[in-house]
Amino acid sequence: MTSPADLSVVDPELSAEEARFADLIAADSRIEPRDWMPDAYRKTLIRQISQHAHSEIIGMQPESNWITRAPSLKRKAILMAKVQDEAGHGLYLYSAAQTLGITREEMMDQLITGRARYSSIFNYPTPTWADMGAIGWLVDGAAICNQVPLCRASYGPYGRAMVRICKEESFHQRQGFEILLELMQGTDAQRQMAQDAVNRWYWPALQMFGPPDDQSPNSAQSMAWNIKRFSNDELRQRFVGMLVPQAEVMGVTLPDPNLRFNEETGEYDMSEIDWTEFEEVLAGRGPANAERIRRRREAHEDGAWVREAAHEYARKQAERELAGAVA
Amino acid sequence: MSTPGEIGTEAWPLWEVFVRANRGLSHVHVGSLHAPDADMAVRNARDLYTRRNEGISIWVVPADAITTSDPDAKGAFFESPAGKNYRHAVYYTKSEGVKHL
Repeated sequence: MTSPADLSVVDPELSAEEARFADLIAADSRIEPRDWMPDAYRKTLIRQISQHAHSEIIGMQPESNWITRAPSLKRKAILMAKVQDEAGHGLYLYSAAQTLGITREEMMDQLITGRARYSSIFNYPTPTWADMGAIGWLVDGAAICNQVPLCRASYGPYGRAMVRICKEESFHQRQGFEILLELMQGTDAQRQMAQDAVNRWYWPALQMFGPPDDQSPNSAQSMAWNIKRFSNDELRQRFVGMLVPQAEVMGVTLPDPNLRFNEETGEYDMSEIDWTEFEEVLAGRGPANAERIRRRREAHEDGAWVREAAHEYARKQAERELAGAVA
Repeated sequence: MSTPGEIGTEAWPLWEVFVRANRGLSHVHVGSLHAPDADMAVRNARDLYTRRNEGISIWVVPADAITTSDPDAKGAFFESPAGKNYRHAVYYTKSEGVKHL
């Protein structure tokens, strides 16, 4: 809450609109599309929300890879529902970004020409069915950990989109946990497959929280603007703390020999993360970067006739209606 | 006033989506989408906003058909109720302890 003391902090040199923005942020209130906002705030949000939207859309690919080969009709139906959700999440987020003054077309163009970033986690391949479990449990789990605080992001449309997304993500994480649990209760080969998937996805999932706090240049400003609520390292710690008991239930081993609870700090000690790999994947040299963008571009171009037909149909219908009204 | 997201360069118009969760409840605004016409907007709204039985009825409204109050004039426009707390039941405290009031 804003107390008179807080208000006195506001710089007297600020213009009326700057002061109003500062007051709203200080009061932990929300900024809405028609409010005045600093250019840097708008730019940061456009970048973050569009990258987030792109991640949802590109994230459909590693999973849709397994729809035709899901081990049962039930699993196929679940996977299709999940991939459909990812498309929905992308659309909620594109809509939120559009309220800031960027068009859908611009964002799509940035994505398919390789100028936009998306979560580097989706540049890893999904060679086995157990990867569907590991993605749900670890990747969606990390995403939820990141996204729950974003429901309170200071930009109203972003927060509202995140509320819908978080509700739906919890199904994603649970179904992933269940896939791995069933494999762990299966044959030796199935258990091995589950463990192998966890080994491959664990570190990339921890990297999803972003670089360590002392190397995260934009974090402080995002936190000052109430877009970000917790630091990268805080969220990463929280996530590991949740994973450990879940891994025990499942019977998988988390691939970090130095992972142990520290009684003094009340947190888990862990190995150093290999950030060189993260940087490589981020720079576009991950295992599947080129493939993901190529498929996204093809889907966009191959779908052009559908968009054109819908547009043309709408135009003709409107014309006919107009002609009917005149006659 | 123009509507956010309603940019001249968007290929399709913006629609605001309202969903009625159940009989007896109002349609509530749930979000927006772009679609070439009203029929497509309703279909897309079904796929986007009611994948988990969130509603039994959908309205879509062209965003540019909505007239809004001016956000910058918020203070002045909503000034009338300010200081009129006698419009609320909690203003009247003398009946405290008296039942059914």
